[in-house]
Amino acid sequence: MFKFFLVKLAQLVPTFIGVTIVAFAFIRLLPGDPILLMAGERGISAERYAQLESQMGFDRSLVVQYLDFLKGLLHGDLGNSLVTHAPVMDEFMSRFPATLELSLFALAFAVIIGLPAGVLAAVKRGKTLDHTIMGVSLTGYSMPIFWWGLLLIMLFSSTLGWTPVSGRISYMYFIEPVTGFMTIDSLIAGDWGAFLSSLHYLILPSIVLGTIPLAVIARQTRSSMLEVLGEDYVRTARAKGLSNFRVIMVHTLRNALISVVTVIGLQVGLLLAGAILTETIFSWPGIGKWMIDAISRRDYPSVQGGLVLIAFIVMIVNLLVDLAYGVINPRIRH
Amino acid sequence: MKKTLLAAGIAAMMLGATPVMAKTLVYCSEGSPEGFDPSLYTAGTTFDASSKTIYNRLVQFKPGTTEVEPAIAESWDVSDDGLEVTFHLRDDVKFQTTDYFTPSRMLDADDVIWTFERQMDENNPYYKLANGSFEYFNSMSMGELIKSIEKVDDHTVKFVLTQPNAPFVANLAMDFASIHSKEYEQQLLDEGKPELANQQPIGTGPFQFVNYREDAAIRYQANPDYFRGKQPIDNLVFAITSDAQVRYQKLMAGECQVMPFPNPSDVEEMQQNDDINVLEEAGLNVAYLAYNTQMAPFDKPEVRKALNMAINKQAIIDAVFQGAGQVAKNPIPPSMWGYNDAIQDDQYDPDKAKQMLEDAGVENLKMNIWAMPVQRPYMPNARRTAELMQSDLSKVGVDAQIVTYEWGEYLKRSSDTKRDGAVILGWTGDNGDPDNFLGVLLGCDGVGGANRSQWCYKPFDDLIQKARTLDSQEERAKLYEQAQEIFKEQAPWDTLAHSTVFMPLRKEVTGYKIDPLGGHSFEGVDIE
Repeated sequence: MFKFFLVKLAQLVPTFIGVTIVAFAFIRLLPGDPILLMAGERGISAERYAQLESQMGFDRSLVVQYLDFLKGLLHGDLGNSLVTHAPVMDEFMSRFPATLELSLFALAFAVIIGLPAGVLAAVKRGKTLDHTIMGVSLTGYSMPIFWWGLLLIMLFSSTLGWTPVSGRISYMYFIEPVTGFMTIDSLIAGDWGAFLSSLHYLILPSIVLGTIPLAVIARQTRSSMLEVLGEDYVRTARAKGLSNFRVIMVHTLRNALISVVTVIGLQVGLLLAGAILTETIFSWPGIGKWMIDAISRRDYPSVQGGLVLIAFIVMIVNLLVDLAYGVINPRIRH
Repeated sequence: MKKTLLAAGIAAMMLGATPVMAKTLVYCSEGSPEGFDPSLYTAGTTFDASSKTIYNRLVQFKPGTTEVEPAIAESWDVSDDGLEVTFHLRDDVKFQTTDYFTPSRMLDADDVIWTFERQMDENNPYYKLANGSFEYFNSMSMGELIKSIEKVDDHTVKFVLTQPNAPFVANLAMDFASIHSKEYEQQLLDEGKPELANQQPIGTGPFQFVNYREDAAIRYQANPDYFRGKQPIDNLVFAITSDAQVRYQKLMAGECQVMPFPNPSDVEEMQQNDDINVLEEAGLNVAYLAYNTQMAPFDKPEVRKALNMAINKQAIIDAVFQGAGQVAKNPIPPSMWGYNDAIQDDQYDPDKAKQMLEDAGVENLKMNIWAMPVQRPYMPNARRTAELMQSDLSKVGVDAQIVTYEWGEYLKRSSDTKRDGAVILGWTGDNGDPDNFLGVLLGCDGVGGANRSQWCYKPFDDLIQKARTLDSQEERAKLYEQAQEIFKEQAPWDTLAHSTVFMPLRKEVTGYKIDPLGGHSFEGVDIE
């Protein structure tokens, strides 16, 4: 098992180097220049431009800049934002818990609804219920996040008044961040009202962000359930006279879960991508909104640092999924 | 001092008399501030969150206008040669007391001098900290303009200028000139953390900083020591909401009471909503199409005029601005002093335009129209505008191609004197002075820079230069009126539009005034 872990870890090194190159190149390939954007219509003199350029280190060759970036990275230093002048690492870490909290709630929503829906569809294969669940999940899968979010806001927030429109907690509450998770921090502060408020603010964004993973999980659960239901040992279990419930929950679902767990793991990348749009709609103060601002301001250090950190997180999660896979299915290890 | 005591007394009585029922105003702001030190930045979003709430300046724009009135300085005199401007400071201005700073003295001349030194003196530790990147101060050429600043006494400060400059006092009403506390920043320097000034600001303004949750919310409370008295609202919250549609939903749901920058297409629906008032005012801006007057055939005024007559500007106002704007005939907006209303615009007349082009010997003209890739306060959709122009021009036999670049690149390339084609661009006023439009955008100094038509015309430039040195606003206005006549004759631009600014707010909000310069201030705003 340990060797398996080491091999997996070693495989990440070239991937990670690739990511740093892509992240570094991506923002520089985009047309646009942070200094010109900052100056706007007002313009900037050539001397001043040269001065700022050398202060920011952009007058050096790209190779030197890249090596500098790598060197900083090895020391855990991603440089400072061009806009706020604060360390990129601090900026990222102060916002990441918000994204993580939203993603976890979205994932929980997707699993809690998606898994049973997939099982039901498999059991009722070919029946109306199956068609309905698969139809709805296909619709959910193809739902544009931006449009879906606005639609839910208009219905539940503006018309019915059941949920808040946007934000992370009511402005009535002010909770000192400890973990950065609003739900946990409000419990630490012992403020029950703040906890309920933070849950209230999580409902709509979690649904919006969880919709696509939900559809993916439901479909994957259904197809892998169907595959397992056709296995000999399921037939054997039925022949033994086990209850239908026991056959499905123990013999089938457990084995079908292997591929479902992988798919859930793969959703993390999807969730982080979806979080960018969801956060924009719901004014959710996470890394998605931060990245968008950084890109539009061409804040090179923030964009490349943010991309590397996000890629790093996705890689680590995938590694964990691989490991979990190895635990669930020992054959993988060899 | 008396006033402060009186105000404090009244505030105390009110607190004693009414049960604690804090009034909170929530403003759905459009973005995150870059920081809280206004001298470092140029974005309106940052100024709303810093200079407009927390700080004051020596002078200020009278709310809702571009007229300069006293603020921290109760009066000022300009010497006869225009080279010395002396400000007399109020003696009742106190910096805010927060949990991170308690002032030991009232504001005095040292704070004023410190404010400017930190932006121009290379030995000032704050100058070093920012590497001198005080972009607004620099772009207004303040460093070259100010020769020295002298403390006459504790409440009198004299600015010595290198040349007479009429807009100078108005410049000091701009956000970058917000007065900082020398005592506070010295204290931070002593503690070895000067950068905190940008995160935990101290000013003299109507609201004081409480805290900021990145990208989520900024909280302020009314400054009890404010020299004009405590504000009617107790708390002010900026709920950062970057999407205009979501801001509108929040406004309807009552999650905020004021929102900036509505989608133009939502305005009509908002006006019909019983809970919402939509304030509107002509913005202090202009959108224009700048020909490159150094390139044939656009070097001929009659060709430029003919093209202006071929373009149907009213159609652009209707289709692109959706009525939220007016056709511009002058390069400065109508609400600005010095505006020449007697000017006749070149009327839309494609037949005559065609004739004029023929007379000028221009046939089968091919040209580029540059369309900005971004939405700006003065131009909701440049691409659509360019398409309308393209179709208008094709009717007079001109084949126009639309080109565009990424925004930073667009700004840079459009400045080039060898640029090919006419550029759609615009401007929002900084200080309400006509020189800020006519001088910056059309003066000879701006060729190769902000002067996108690359137009250096001596009779016009002489008027602008002269007006800059005069002190009397009346005399200056006359010169600017003449300058606008020359501008219209020469037509370096097609003046397109002045956009309308809309400000939706809930009915219970009173006392809000639209700032023609584009800022958002909550001084004097109340909730009923």
